[in-house]
Amino acid sequence: MTAPETHLQLQRREVGEVILAVEGVSLAFGGVRALQEVSFDVRSHEVRAIIGPNGAGKSSMLNVINGVYHPQRGRIRFKGRVFSDMDPHEAAVLGIARTFQNIALFKGMTVLDNIMTGRNLRMRAGILAQALRIGPAEREEIRHREHVEHIIDFLELQAYRKTPAGRLPYGLQKRVDLGRALASEPQMLLLDEPMAGMNLEEKQDMCRYILDANDQLGTTIVLIEHDMGVVMDISDRVVVLDYGRKIADGTPDEVRANQAVIEAYLGASH
Amino acid sequence: MIYRENGQFKSTYRADLQMLPMLQDRVFMAAFVAFAFLAVPFFASNYLFLSLLIPFLILTLAAIGLNLLVGYCGQISIGHAAFMAVGAYAAYNLVLRVPWLNFLVVLVLAGFIAAAAGMLFGIPSLRIKGLYLAVATLAAQFFTDWLFARVKWFTDYAHSGSVSPAPVELFGWRVDTPVEKYLFLLGVLVVFTLLAKNLTRGHLGRAWMATRDMDVAAEVIGIRPIYAKLTAFGVSAFYCGVAGALWGFVHLGSWEPLAFNLTLSLNLLFMIIIGGMGSILGAYYGAAFIVVLPILLNQVPQWLGVPLSTATASHLEFMIFGALIVLFLILEPHGLARLWAIGKEKLRLWPFPH
Amino acid sequence: MTGTLKRHAPILTLGSLLVVGLFAPLALKLSAPGFWLEVLLGGLMAGVLYSLVALGFVLIFKASGVFNFAQGAMVLFAALAVARLSERMPLWAAILIAVAIMVVLAMLIERLVLRPLVNQEGVALLMATLGVTYFLDGFGQTVWGSDIYSIDLGIAREPVMILGEWIQGGILINRDDVAAAVVAVLLVGALALFFQKTATGRALRAVADDHQAAQSIGIPLNRIWVIVWSVAGVVAIVAGVIWGGKLGVQFSISQVALKALPVVILGGFTSIPGAILGGLIIGVGEKMAEVFLGPPLVKMFDLAGGGIENWFAYMLALLFLLVRPEGLFGERHIDRV
Repeated sequence: MTAPETHLQLQRREVGEVILAVEGVSLAFGGVRALQEVSFDVRSHEVRAIIGPNGAGKSSMLNVINGVYHPQRGRIRFKGRVFSDMDPHEAAVLGIARTFQNIALFKGMTVLDNIMTGRNLRMRAGILAQALRIGPAEREEIRHREHVEHIIDFLELQAYRKTPAGRLPYGLQKRVDLGRALASEPQMLLLDEPMAGMNLEEKQDMCRYILDANDQLGTTIVLIEHDMGVVMDISDRVVVLDYGRKIADGTPDEVRANQAVIEAYLGASH
Repeated sequence: MIYRENGQFKSTYRADLQMLPMLQDRVFMAAFVAFAFLAVPFFASNYLFLSLLIPFLILTLAAIGLNLLVGYCGQISIGHAAFMAVGAYAAYNLVLRVPWLNFLVVLVLAGFIAAAAGMLFGIPSLRIKGLYLAVATLAAQFFTDWLFARVKWFTDYAHSGSVSPAPVELFGWRVDTPVEKYLFLLGVLVVFTLLAKNLTRGHLGRAWMATRDMDVAAEVIGIRPIYAKLTAFGVSAFYCGVAGALWGFVHLGSWEPLAFNLTLSLNLLFMIIIGGMGSILGAYYGAAFIVVLPILLNQVPQWLGVPLSTATASHLEFMIFGALIVLFLILEPHGLARLWAIGKEKLRLWPFPH
Repeated sequence: MTGTLKRHAPILTLGSLLVVGLFAPLALKLSAPGFWLEVLLGGLMAGVLYSLVALGFVLIFKASGVFNFAQGAMVLFAALAVARLSERMPLWAAILIAVAIMVVLAMLIERLVLRPLVNQEGVALLMATLGVTYFLDGFGQTVWGSDIYSIDLGIAREPVMILGEWIQGGILINRDDVAAAVVAVLLVGALALFFQKTATGRALRAVADDHQAAQSIGIPLNRIWVIVWSVAGVVAIVAGVIWGGKLGVQFSISQVALKALPVVILGGFTSIPGAILGGLIIGVGEKMAEVFLGPPLVKMFDLAGGGIENWFAYMLALLFLLVRPEGLFGERHIDRV
């Protein structure tokens, strides 16, 4: 991987074929119906937002794509393969990464180690090799460390490399969460409210990182976000959920003008 | 003043990734190891070797093993002495039935057998955690207690149920004097410490710590829980198996099944709580503490002129252990190792206030 | 229909296994049903003791969410107190003083150990109460001495023969076992009445359900916890006195506290009927396994004696943990991300 540029590219990558298709997914917890017959698709290299009022089922949708929840009905099509339910490990192998709403960082480990865990899937050295730290194991560790350092540069986390993740302020933790997800070089990145609880500057930084990841790394982005301004600015297409059902699907402008969306969302702020 | 990193810049990742990045740490460690190998044999008494140093070295090895499982991977086990028993009896049977094997090979094989047992009894950790897992590990403890006491094949049909292997012999060198035992154990411990430290620095160690801190997120990144947990059980049981074999062969000389009972398991746990969970150094501190305390309790009252009966001393020991466990859990869950780390942090600043 | 069967398959399998395990020895030894009954009754009596100790666990866990591993040590401490005190005063006075001691002890433990650790996960609490056990062990022996002491309950020692007319040879039961069972039944009955019928009992159940909701309707949490710990202390005294009257009192960590763990796992951490049923199942299971499973195993594998009861309870608990971790009557946990 070459050293990334730090200023924003103005041209956007071409949006490609459908990479993910969610078909008729229904999810219920006991009596609570989180998702009902939701279908939409995501095209490769695009930025797709999922929005909706609280409790609409957005996080559940990400959890289903990722394999943390198993839907009772429906299918997921990813990169041409069909799954009735996904396994989290399999999702990771296939190239789906995600961040979490309440930042599931590994609090006991440093920022560097947290992001290094994102590389675990690609590290092959056996137990004995690691214990003895012989040539190949050491070289592998260094190779992956280089990659992680690029990500640290990309996210401007250099000063916090060796800090235990649990000690960082909230905004920085969210950035580390993003770094960990990016470390696995995913094809598709699921972001669960990446800007929640941030101030304006932090949001701008985060937007920049997300867009850079999309541009320079070609990562498809699916994000849940409440800030309408952000959604309208950076998304290519938007899905709107309400009470577990899809109520709109289209470009930001189309969705903004949609009557059902306005009703569901009366008084959405920028 | 002396403990500053000023001027120690790393220009390669390899340099930054080394075990002891600071020069002062490397010097200190080299001096300490040299002291342990070269100086101690000359002025330590036999009593010091037999009652303090030898048990300390072996228990540290076992504590490192348990710490890998509990401290690094976050899985609780209150029956880990079971795996020490497996290692000890495995070594005994190997020496008995395959006498031409080199003792180091026997140790490694015994470790592997213990590792297999560890992974077997670690299977419940895939479905349960915390308190429930603790109870499951008790099953391992009581079952192995029974197994080695009742299945006569393991003790070679000895009438008393106890076994007495011959002293360790390595390449013609008979390890039977206290100094020789000390040096042998020190060598083993140093090697095993390095291996453990390397493991914790690699991707397996990170997988363990990720599973400990947030297992759902770990799974989402692609770290399989089954892999992390079972390797943790396996490696920690390996360490305890080797420690058990050494405990029986080198320290005890002859033992009966009760030598590896619940008390030993709980002692191991207490070692890593007091010493510091999730830290290799913590195993050293904890083992030192557990070994030294009873001796202190015996000697100090005598020095002060207030002799205690052995019974009272033993009761006092229990009380102090119990109180210290609670104190450490409340005040410093990361044990003595954290206190040491805090001390080092302060030393880095000294003589400046911040 | 098949759905329900499938969902409950694990517990049905376990249940059938238990029933088979219970009655198989009887089927095999139809010639001596009396012997089987004796073992069964012996197991039930031992089970009563386990249930009582587990009851203390469950009470405290229900009310405060804390697993008090030190319960076993508290039981023994109480029993020792009664034993030594009753050497100098009538039994009833000794018991009263012991109850007072237990209440104070319980409050101290709650205040000094449990409250500071309230934010940490269960394992830290487990280890803390383990530390308390060690402390009480040493402390108890320092205060009360380390010999075996007996509690004279005034019950005749000779066993009683019952059912002589129906079964050849009759069945021998110990009188103090009967007394123990009676006391236990009375105690459980009293507790049930207490929880169902009195206002304080209702308040306790409210607290067990939801601390904050209970507080918001004006239930004083601290006072409730004191009451819970006192009740648990009384249960501990009863268990300790029964145990002491039967076996003599001596400190040994392994025995008491740890056996209650499998009981609570079988029954479910939050269920009183579960603690009772779990204790009985384990008591009977152990005895049955030792008496009927032991000899064949010894012959088959050329073992040096029995001793199955040492690990039977834990293996059973392990089985439950793999198949039905919430126990027979406990509540299922759902992890939400």
